[in-house]
Amino acid sequence: MLEKALKGSPRYWGTLTALGMVMLLGLGFWLYQLTFGMKITGLNRDVSWGFYIAQFTYLVGVAASAVMLVLPYYFHHYKEFSKMIILGEFLAIAAVVMCLGFIVVDIGQPQRMLNVLLNPTPHSVLFWDMVVLNGYLFLNIIVGWTSLQYFKNDMTPPKWVKILAIVSVIWAFSIHTVTAFLYAGLPGRHYFLTAIMAARFLASAFCSGPAILLLLVLFLRRLTGFDPGQKAINRLAVIITYAMCVNIFFFLLEVFTSFYSNMPGHMAPLIYLFNGIDGHTMMVPFMWTAVVLGLGCLLFLIPTPVRQKTPALVTGLIMLVIASWIDKGLGLLIGGFTPNPFEEVTVYSPTIPEIMISLMIFSLGGIVLTVLWKIAIEVRVEVEGGNLSMVPPPAAE
Amino acid sequence: MKNSRREFLKLAAVSAMGIGAARLGFLGDAPAHAAGLPTVGNYEEGLKAKHWGMAVYSAKFTPERIAACRKACHDEHNVPDIAGPKEIKWFWGASYEESFPTEHGHYLSEEVEHRQFPLLCNQCETPMCVKVCPTQATFQRPDGIVMMDFHRCIGCRYCMAGCPFGARSFNFQDPRPFIKDFNPHFPTRMRGVVEKCNFCAERLAVGKLPKCVEAAEGALVFGDLSDEQSDIRKVLREHFAIRRKPDAGTSPSVYYIL
Ligand code: SF4
Ligand code: SF4
Repeated sequence: MLEKALKGSPRYWGTLTALGMVMLLGLGFWLYQLTFGMKITGLNRDVSWGFYIAQFTYLVGVAASAVMLVLPYYFHHYKEFSKMIILGEFLAIAAVVMCLGFIVVDIGQPQRMLNVLLNPTPHSVLFWDMVVLNGYLFLNIIVGWTSLQYFKNDMTPPKWVKILAIVSVIWAFSIHTVTAFLYAGLPGRHYFLTAIMAARFLASAFCSGPAILLLLVLFLRRLTGFDPGQKAINRLAVIITYAMCVNIFFFLLEVFTSFYSNMPGHMAPLIYLFNGIDGHTMMVPFMWTAVVLGLGCLLFLIPTPVRQKTPALVTGLIMLVIASWIDKGLGLLIGGFTPNPFEEVTVYSPTIPEIMISLMIFSLGGIVLTVLWKIAIEVRVEVEGGNLSMVPPPAAE
Repeated sequence: MKNSRREFLKLAAVSAMGIGAARLGFLGDAPAHAAGLPTVGNYEEGLKAKHWGMAVYSAKFTPERIAACRKACHDEHNVPDIAGPKEIKWFWGASYEESFPTEHGHYLSEEVEHRQFPLLCNQCETPMCVKVCPTQATFQRPDGIVMMDFHRCIGCRYCMAGCPFGARSFNFQDPRPFIKDFNPHFPTRMRGVVEKCNFCAERLAVGKLPKCVEAAEGALVFGDLSDEQSDIRKVLREHFAIRRKPDAGTSPSVYYIL
C-alpha cells in the first residue's frame, strides 16, 4: 500500500513540500541547538522543562483521540465509526512520533538516549513513559496498517487484530496515566502534586485529541470527497463535549482544593498563572484567554441544534483546541515550575529557536499524517469507488 | 556489575593520577599540581561513615564567609562562573525566606531576616532526584552521598524537576570557557549534563574534609550522623536545628542551627 503515497495530486505534493521546507528550516535551528547546547532555549535553572515538554504532554493527549473511536467501535460495536477509525489510529501514530521527537530535542545529550534502555530503571517514571509510548506507537502501526490491508483485500481482519485493538484501548489509558505520573509524584512542585493529575490528563486528552481529529476530518471532507458520515461526526462531537465538561470540572476541583484549603504552596502557581506574582504577569493574558475560550466553546457545543451545524461545530472545536492547548501546552509546565523552590519567580518564555525546533517536529508530524491519511483514503476510494479529485463534492455542507 | 564498574573506574583514576601525572607532565598544568596528587596510600586513609551529614552554624555566616566557601567549593570542582538564570551553583547563599520558604515567619527577628544562609545539595536520605533519574546517573552511595555520573546523564533534567530544593544545575552550554582557575584534580563537565554538590566525595576518599567545611572555619560541622559519638551529633544535641522543607519527605542530611 505504500506505493499509494508515491503518486498524488500537485496539492498533495505541495503540502508535503511545504511541510518539508518548514522541517528543514527547523532542522537548521536544531543543528544550532546541537552545536551550542540548550542555552539557545529560554529554559533556566528554575524552569528546567518548557515548551518542548509541554508540547510532548499535549500531543500525548492527541494520541488518545483514537481511543474515543476504537472504544465504542470494538467494545460497543458502534459501526458508524468504521470510516473514521483508521484516521484516528493514523493520527495517533503521527502524534506519538511528535511526542518522541519532542523528547529527543529536549534532551541535553541526545546521543546518549539509549542509556534509558541500557540501564532500565523501574523506579523512574520516565523509563515507563518510554515503554508505554513506544508500545502505543507499535500497537497503532500494527492495528492500523493490518486492518487497512485487510479492508483493501475485502477481507475481515483476523481475530488477533481485534485483540490488539482492544489492548491498544487499555494501552492508551496507560500513556496518559504514566505521562501524568511523570509530574504527579514530585514533592516540590505543588501544581503537579495532585492525585487528580492523571484524571485531568485523561479528560483533557479525550476532548482535545478528538477535537483535533474531528477538525482534520471536516477539513478533509471539504478538500476531498471523503465523508466519514454525519452520524459519526455528531457522535464524536458529543463525546468531545462531555469530555470538555469533565475537563473543566476537574480544573475547578483543583481551584477549590487550593483556595479553600488556603495552602500557600498550592495557591501560588494558580495565582501566578491567573494574576501574576511580583509584577510577573506574562501568563495572565494567556490563561484568561483559555478561560474565555474554554467556557465559550461550550456555548457552541452543548446545545444540540447548534452543535449539529458544521460552522458552529468548527468554531466550538477551534476554541476548545486553543483553550486546552494553553492549559496543557503552556500553563501546566510553567505553573508547575513557577514559583521556583525558593518561592521566587523566574520568568520563562520560549525563544525563537525553540519555537522553530518545535515547528520542525510539528511539520514532521504533519508529513507522517498526510502520507498515512492519503494511503487510508486512497484505499477506501479504491474499494468503495468515489473520487479524489480534490474538488469539494456538491453534497458537502 | 555496576558497582564493580565504578570501583574499576575509581582505581583507574587513582593510578592515572598517581602515575600518569608525573610522567605526562608535558600535557599541561600537571607539574604544578603533581605534588598535591593523592597516592594509593592516601586512599587507604579515606574517611568513612554510615551516613554523612552537615550541621550549619547559620549565625556564623556572614556574606563574606559564604562567598569564601562558595569560591573554595567552586574552584575545587571547576564550577563555571556563568551569570544569569542559567547559572551553575554548588554552594550559594540565600535569605531566610528563600531558604525556608515553607516557614512563612511573619515577624522574624531582624538579625535572622537579614542573615544569609548557605545552601547546597542536602544529600537527602530518600532523594527524589535519585528516584526519578531514568539512567541511574544520579545514584546514592551506601554512606548517603548522592552522586552524579556525568558520563551517564542524558540531560533530561527530570532530577531538576524532582529536587524540591533547587539544588541542581544544568550545563546549558559548554562550561569550560567559564572556568577561571582550572583544577586538574577534578573533571570538568560537558554541555548537556546536570551537576550539583557531591559532599566532596573525592576528598573524603583521601581522608580530607569537604572544601567548604575547611573554608568555613568552624561554621560548618561535618560528620557521621549515625554515630552518636561524632562531633556533628554532639552539636545537634546541644543546639536547636531545622532542616529545609522536611515536608517534602526527602529527609535532608544538612541541618541548620538558627
Ligand atoms: S537536595 Fe535535591 S539534589 Fe540534593 S539529594 Fe536532595 S533531592 Fe537530590
Ligand atoms: S538529567 Fe541526568 S541526572 Fe538528571 S535525571 Fe536526567 S539522566 Fe538523571
